[in-house]
Amino acid sequence: MATMRVNEISRDDLDWQINYSTERCTMCGSCVAACPFEAIEAGMEKRRKVVSDYLTPEPKVEFKAVPVIKQKVDVYKFCRGCGVCERVCPNTAIKPVRNEDSRFTIKYRSILADPYKRGGRANLSTGVRTLDKIRVGRISQMTDPSLDASRHTFDMLAPFGRILPADQIPFVLENGKLKIDSGVLPPMNWIYPVIIGDMSIGALSWRMWEAMAIATAYLNEECGLPVRMCSGEGGVPIRLLKSKFLKYTILQIASGHFGWNRIINTMPYMQELPGGVLIKIGQGAKPGDGGLLQAKKVASHIQEIRGVPKTDLLSPPNHQGLYSIEESVQKMFLTFNSAFKFKVPVAIKVAASSTSVSVYNNLLRDPYNIVGGFFLDGILGGTGAANEVSLDHTGHPIVSKLRDCYLAATHQGKQSQIPLWGAGGLGQTGNLAADAFKMIALGANGVFTGKLMLQLAGCVGNDHGKCNACNTGLCPVGITTQNPTLVKRLDIDRVAENIVNYFLSVDSELKKLLAPIGNSSLPVGRSDCLISEDKAVADRLKIQYAC
Amino acid sequence: MCRIGAIKSTDYVHPSKALLLMRSQQKGHDNSGFAMVMQDLGGRFADYKDLPILSMACTDKGMATAEDILHKEGFVRVMQWSPEINFRDELNIEPMPNYVFQVFQYPRSFKYAPQEEKEELLVDMRLKLRNVLEENDDGYVYSFWPDVITLKEIGDPQDIGTYFGLWKEDRDFTAKVITAQCRQNTNYDIVRYAAHPFFLQGYTALANGENTFYEKNKNFQNGLYKGYIGFESDSQCFLYTLHYIHKILKWPLEYYKHAITPLPFEEMAKREDGEALKFIRSSLSNLEINGPNTIIGVLPDGTLFNTCDAKKLRPTVIGRHNGTVVMTSEVSGINEVLPGRNWEEDIYTSERETVVITNNLEVQRWQQ
Repeated sequence: MATMRVNEISRDDLDWQINYSTERCTMCGSCVAACPFEAIEAGMEKRRKVVSDYLTPEPKVEFKAVPVIKQKVDVYKFCRGCGVCERVCPNTAIKPVRNEDSRFTIKYRSILADPYKRGGRANLSTGVRTLDKIRVGRISQMTDPSLDASRHTFDMLAPFGRILPADQIPFVLENGKLKIDSGVLPPMNWIYPVIIGDMSIGALSWRMWEAMAIATAYLNEECGLPVRMCSGEGGVPIRLLKSKFLKYTILQIASGHFGWNRIINTMPYMQELPGGVLIKIGQGAKPGDGGLLQAKKVASHIQEIRGVPKTDLLSPPNHQGLYSIEESVQKMFLTFNSAFKFKVPVAIKVAASSTSVSVYNNLLRDPYNIVGGFFLDGILGGTGAANEVSLDHTGHPIVSKLRDCYLAATHQGKQSQIPLWGAGGLGQTGNLAADAFKMIALGANGVFTGKLMLQLAGCVGNDHGKCNACNTGLCPVGITTQNPTLVKRLDIDRVAENIVNYFLSVDSELKKLLAPIGNSSLPVGRSDCLISEDKAVADRLKIQYAC
Repeated sequence: MCRIGAIKSTDYVHPSKALLLMRSQQKGHDNSGFAMVMQDLGGRFADYKDLPILSMACTDKGMATAEDILHKEGFVRVMQWSPEINFRDELNIEPMPNYVFQVFQYPRSFKYAPQEEKEELLVDMRLKLRNVLEENDDGYVYSFWPDVITLKEIGDPQDIGTYFGLWKEDRDFTAKVITAQCRQNTNYDIVRYAAHPFFLQGYTALANGENTFYEKNKNFQNGLYKGYIGFESDSQCFLYTLHYIHKILKWPLEYYKHAITPLPFEEMAKREDGEALKFIRSSLSNLEINGPNTIIGVLPDGTLFNTCDAKKLRPTVIGRHNGTVVMTSEVSGINEVLPGRNWEEDIYTSERETVVITNNLEVQRWQQ
């Protein structure tokens, strides 16, 4: 009997097992070549076969060495279930199959004495999302006629920038008309209420990032949708900084301050002002854990943009030089406002947490009126590399936190003075328009979305542990890798087209939801048009309960 | 659908005209109430133009309480009038025991007070009275303002007219501006405060329709001024926005339309004052209305105007004849009150328009 080592990692421990059929396989090698994780390899197996060469049975045993595709059993080179092998196999001879009895993450930790890391998604199912427990109702069909979604005109714009209370607008009366008196006013732009969330040029492949930038420009210039894209931390290519397309980009500065040297140095050459500045304090998934770009993803162009050597790049969980909200207002907002001559709105992004309301209140009461937006990111937001424990077990859901902030502002009569933007798992079930509408009705001025863009680009991962290899730099579809071979799998034009098309459908669907409640502009705070069949949800969010 | 109406005339008009105006539009209302505001008063009130008049429906106890409070504050009653009541069992009406219209002299300490202080005092007093009387259902204070009388009652408008003897013309009870509505608010319980027109510091507003942005409007208005209370009707918001824009922010009336139904961004950009409009839109997005409604308003100087939601989902028509202008929901009302007019000159206010009737009955049509 062979020696059995029960403490070694075995195929049965892995999350995914390769289901392979020797009979169908032609040994073309496509699957092995395509697997970025090197989780499969060509090998030889000894086969015993009983044959008979005569009409009457004269059995004899033959042994043959046959070439096969084998799965590797390794804590580094293991199958992530991405299914790329299945995609490239001409004969459907191979596919990954989920192993329900996996013990991989336990084995991983016990072998490497290291937390298990993966990219992208919270894989711990927490049940139906709150947003899915809310429906769009309407006030009445008789007294309150709905609009015709295809015939009426709709104003689908949201504010980005600090909004002054009406009695503080420096109006003067000239010939019976109101005119703005000269002076510096908080900059404010009206933009599309759905923006592409902050994903950095280091986290994404350059082709993916470029595809999003192309889609954004196309949406603005050809489709008339003023969609903005947030650069994410990590810098922007100089070519874009100097181009006229910069106005569609919201530049982000996070705690790593990556890429800002180049941005600041390029300022004198900018033709256009950026669409905004977003100061990121935290992100929804893994709040308090900071960002992590592993050295393997720090390709030479990333090193150049960020001005760093090839090393793990950590964005600390907060801006280390800051002590308080007041200080961040003083230092960061004033710095960035003045850098762009007070002409570019500067907003802040924090993770949804128990102190979100405190921070928001503090910013609302800021006497200088300079904070131009409050971006709130919930537990399902954020991608990138992280310890699994952070991804699955930290963070707050977005909906109630956003609602809390809105109600806090309403309580003080300061609603909309600092536009609220929310994200974190929006579009997770495929329909971003419905999620956006509900968030807006609960008090958001707009929403931002990131992961959905990856799915539009062909991301094969999901929230059940499929792929989730964004941290490895080996994204099998070229979205979150800097590996030139893998990146080429991404068709830039096709990705841009998908994103544009999705936005166009979101625009139609949003109108389809605005129409029945009789709104021709965004229904910010119109929670009276929402209902929930879940009493707890209705009570918590202060919306109608219907059953 | 509500029916509303307004009469503005160079001569003093008796409220029977307003009742006639509303009766012909009877099909549109549910006979649950009648309410009217009379401004620029004639008859027995003509000599007291500068003194505040308290319009109140109350119990005996409520009356005593109100008088105590006012006297304590230093107000001195100058004149009191109660309409003659014609009670009959078959009348469909839920009356209060007393209806009083009392003219007061300001407290002595306010003799040389600036106008603004006096105005704030009147609001404070009305709120105080309302608050105290509300506790035990002892009374309802509709207005406390110079040259203004408000009457609101629950019941069939026809019967309410009979009860108060309003069907018979009477030179002693007249006004140059009368606004009226024949209906309670369907969205809420029938309460005395809920009926239009709504009045605050010389401003009157009444609406035919709903306010889909009621929740938003209300949440925002709550904190803007002490007088923005009640919200018994979703249409009350229209009055508060009018008051806020014109009285508190001191913007010209044309910006009322810009605040409640802002121009689409594309059109805003084409205008000379586009930048100002953009600021208004961003700062006052919570005061927007999205219809469906048409609004009739009166300013403290007697200017009457009409405007609609941006989709023009509710009807309104304006007719003129011999020194009288009538605005109402249905043309049948004007036919009744101004039968001799040239109906071809009637104005149907458009969705981007504000129609303004000045005190010399000049009609101005402002395009937004």
